[in-house]
Amino acid sequence: MWVYEKKLQYPVRVSNCNPRLAKYLIEQYGGADGELAAALRYLNQRYTIPDKVIGLLTDIGTEEFAHLEMIATMVYKLTKDATPQQMVAAGLGEHYANHDGALFYQNAAGDPWTATYIQAKGDPIADLYEDIAAEEKARATYQWLIDISDDPDINDSLRFLREREIVHSMRFREAVEILKEDKGKKKFF
Amino acid sequence: MNKKLDDEYYQLLEQIQAADFVLVELTHYLDTHPTDQQALQQFNQFQLYSKQLKAVFEPKYGPLLGFGNSPGGENKWEWGQGPWPWQV
Repeated sequence: MWVYEKKLQYPVRVSNCNPRLAKYLIEQYGGADGELAAALRYLNQRYTIPDKVIGLLTDIGTEEFAHLEMIATMVYKLTKDATPQQMVAAGLGEHYANHDGALFYQNAAGDPWTATYIQAKGDPIADLYEDIAAEEKARATYQWLIDISDDPDINDSLRFLREREIVHSMRFREAVEILKEDKGKKKFF
Repeated sequence: MNKKLDDEYYQLLEQIQAADFVLVELTHYLDTHPTDQQALQQFNQFQLYSKQLKAVFEPKYGPLLGFGNSPGGENKWEWGQGPWPWQV
């Protein structure tokens, strides 16, 4: 089971109401390399991954939900004071027509999240290589978002999230080595 | 509805976020380096430190953990009250 903690993993502050920036940040909410995809990917793969890396997939998958909440907080804070006209001007008219100010799992282009973004192959190396790639793609996305954004407060939180992708990628690479080592050992017996 | 939030709330919260971040980071590290005694020692140290910080925060601003995992709430149900993390 999971226990909710009533705090963000890292502070999220917003300088100004900015629905256009929110529209881009949605990429990391419901996009292919976003936090929802990450959390669901790892927490689903862990059932059939070797015991030695179940803990890592569980813990990183859980942290991804904390990142999802940070992105949600950014989007919420950037749009909560926007008028319908400001939403339309920011390119969120279609979103507003369907969802008002509510969040929705979609990417920056408005495509809804889909399970086809993620894979579970049952092959530990294939799964972990996908996980490493996912972290690197998410890191790149955070960099592009930082490049677009002119909100210094949002950029502080985005930089934190970008760094987390780097650490997760490192841990997944170590997990690959642990499994390779294990496989190598078995050959001698 | 929501408790009034003073500067102390944000200061304490940030201290807890910093301490708990160390715990998250060390958890992942220990997942792939389970025999690193120095990391384990640091983990134990920050576990205690985080607990101490929460013992100051929670009586003032309410429980942080759901499903009864935070102490208190004997005479009053505080969990369902704001502020929620995206409201501060």
